[in-house]
Amino acid sequence: MSQQCSGHCHCGKGAEEAESIDTTRRDLLKYMGVAAMAGAMAEADSPEAEAATFKEWFQTHYQLMTDSEKKACIARLEARYSEEYGKHVTVSDAPPLKGVLFGYALNIQKCIGCRTCVHACVQENNQSRYDPEVQWIKVLKMEKGGDSFSEDKREKGYPEHSAIGDHGVQVGGNAYTPAGVSLEDSVRYYDPEKVPEDGSFYFPVQCQQCEKPPCVKTCPVRATFREPNGVVVIDYNWCIGCRMCQLACPYGARRFNWGEPNLPPEEMNPKTHYFGNRPRMRGVMEKCTFCLQRTREGRMPACLEACPVGARKFGNLLDPQSEIRQVLATKRVFRFKEEFNTYPKFFYFVD
Amino acid sequence: MKNIWAFAKDFLAEALKGGKLYYSWLGFLGLCILAGLYPMYIILSKGLIMTGLTDQISMGQYLSNFVYTAHIAAAAILVVIPGFVYKRPDMRDLAVLGEIVAIGFVISGLIFVLFHMGRPERFWHMLPFVGYPNFPSSTLVFDAITLNVYLILNVIAVSFFLYRRYHDRSVHVPFYHFIVWWAIMWGPLIHIITAAVLGNNARMFAWNTAVLPFAFLSMAGASGPAIVIMIFLLVRKYTRLAIPDSAIDVLRKIMVWSLGIMALVFVSEDFAVLYNSTAHAEPLKFAMFGHHGLNDYVPWFWGIMACFVGSLIALLFPRVYKSYDCWLPFVCLIVAASILLEKPYLLMFPSFSPSPLGEYTVYHTTLPEFLTLAAIWAIGMLVMTLLLKGAVGVILGDVSRESRAAVAHENTGTPVTAQGGA
Repeated sequence: MSQQCSGHCHCGKGAEEAESIDTTRRDLLKYMGVAAMAGAMAEADSPEAEAATFKEWFQTHYQLMTDSEKKACIARLEARYSEEYGKHVTVSDAPPLKGVLFGYALNIQKCIGCRTCVHACVQENNQSRYDPEVQWIKVLKMEKGGDSFSEDKREKGYPEHSAIGDHGVQVGGNAYTPAGVSLEDSVRYYDPEKVPEDGSFYFPVQCQQCEKPPCVKTCPVRATFREPNGVVVIDYNWCIGCRMCQLACPYGARRFNWGEPNLPPEEMNPKTHYFGNRPRMRGVMEKCTFCLQRTREGRMPACLEACPVGARKFGNLLDPQSEIRQVLATKRVFRFKEEFNTYPKFFYFVD
Repeated sequence: MKNIWAFAKDFLAEALKGGKLYYSWLGFLGLCILAGLYPMYIILSKGLIMTGLTDQISMGQYLSNFVYTAHIAAAAILVVIPGFVYKRPDMRDLAVLGEIVAIGFVISGLIFVLFHMGRPERFWHMLPFVGYPNFPSSTLVFDAITLNVYLILNVIAVSFFLYRRYHDRSVHVPFYHFIVWWAIMWGPLIHIITAAVLGNNARMFAWNTAVLPFAFLSMAGASGPAIVIMIFLLVRKYTRLAIPDSAIDVLRKIMVWSLGIMALVFVSEDFAVLYNSTAHAEPLKFAMFGHHGLNDYVPWFWGIMACFVGSLIALLFPRVYKSYDCWLPFVCLIVAASILLEKPYLLMFPSFSPSPLGEYTVYHTTLPEFLTLAAIWAIGMLVMTLLLKGAVGVILGDVSRESRAAVAHENTGTPVTAQGGA
């Protein structure tokens, strides 16, 4: 099961590492140049760009637009992004698929914690790359807990012997030691030479695409809503940045653009969707959309394609022949934090 | 129209007239606003990344201070109720001062909310008819509506009162009473709904409790009168408006009751979560004891609790609450300040730990954030100060249609009691 991690840890040989740092430095200089250029361009906004910004301010919720308004909006965005990133950018507004309810299942028995999915997601979905890098998937490392219990602590609990009387230990000395799935003792910022580490297991978390999403209920402007394929999406141009959805989400799935996102043009993925991976602006929320721009075309999400161990399964929950239905029918499946009654369409399973 | 113009001119003239101390206060507020202009520009243009906000602690100083403004704005009706509901003659004219306090704090509060938003220029998305408000699901929509209605009610009530008084006409007409009674009912409502905005988040264990509205209302009942008492004491010291001791005593009694109820609310909540000490207790335990050495909020917790209990006990002694020039304002200051600090350091920041994925985080307020906070407070306080100053002049009769006619108006220096009004 042991596998070389995918280059995001410091696991390379010395020479390779030096080379990669060198590349990074060159890239960084390149970005800085591009950023300076972009800044200069932003200062000298063309009248057309200013008019576009003005129109964008008056733009209504995408769902309320007429067909011609939608067309104009998409054209405006495509022109703006193409200019900004110096390449031909398409913004699709492909409609939801008919008769489809998307579901996702993740095999925590197979996950090795390599975080290839995390970085594939960042590349696919045009997240901010630095200051900060925004990640939609978080992989939690948890201790297996084999050494949690000890004989020494067995009777060293509470209450202790006292003058009031001895009524026996009511809280065992082995309480408060984590074992198994424990969020509080999980680690997100691990950086080992090799994954998986002995004594650890991994638990990736992303948007659970709840069937009863608390974020949608609490959004004051309906900027985030559940589309007919069961995916919770955001109209980035309608979001007011109040962060009520982030406050409601029990999975920590939502990411806010606290500053202007930093997306180097050469890393920008030009194939975008209005509700999916099109570049976001400062002050709006974003999150996993099951790669809407891909899945509405019948392709698989980027995280699934990237997973080196095949721990990720995706498909139509309404199709009895789909792989996701097979997983639900044959594996030991659970939903994360089911006590919140959010009914996620993201499932975890073991073989 | 000519009448309104004359009124506005006279009112403003009175509001801008004052001694050295008054001008220093106005100058201080002006400086705070000036110092905040550039940080405001920075935060609006670069985004909230310039503040201490993170994905872990996504509600920060702006929202904390907003909740405090809602405390005081809601509590301002406690100045109105004695005069209107219980028909106390000594409190009737003072009601308008309470409404002015509400205006000042709601103005600050609404600006706090704008700064809290990632895209403040898109505020219109929440407006009925032009925007697409998520009615009736989202509590924030209710909060926005109730706050703005409350502001409008108070602006109408205050301007009606002052304008009629200026022309020496009775304000006690059905229209005025209708507006005042509406505001009396609306005051608690803004605060209950603000509590709902925080309390409707199932994952925020510290907030998702049925006692949150009671905690808010009792804190409002303590901090609001504390601030109003301080204002009243200043007014009667520096103007001829002789606010009677009886009016101060009423507010002090409200404060003591509120502090008592607040203590019960705190104890109930602490017992409910700490007895079983489940996941719901974690944020509270983090504030009380820290977590593996991360104990930034522990001194805040115990310090603020000590202030609460200390003020409650102190206010039971006549030697303290009859000391109108020394101990009473001191205790009021402690109550107002400790509830102000309670908002970020107990209500807000520790409640975000652990995060949904188990992280413990500490909030670091940045300098631009602090300067904007001071500026936003100063804007509300400036509006409130000018309105209060002018209103006192109107109540005293210094600003009136007649005094405008009388060229040689002499200041006789005789104290005018509050009940001496129309």
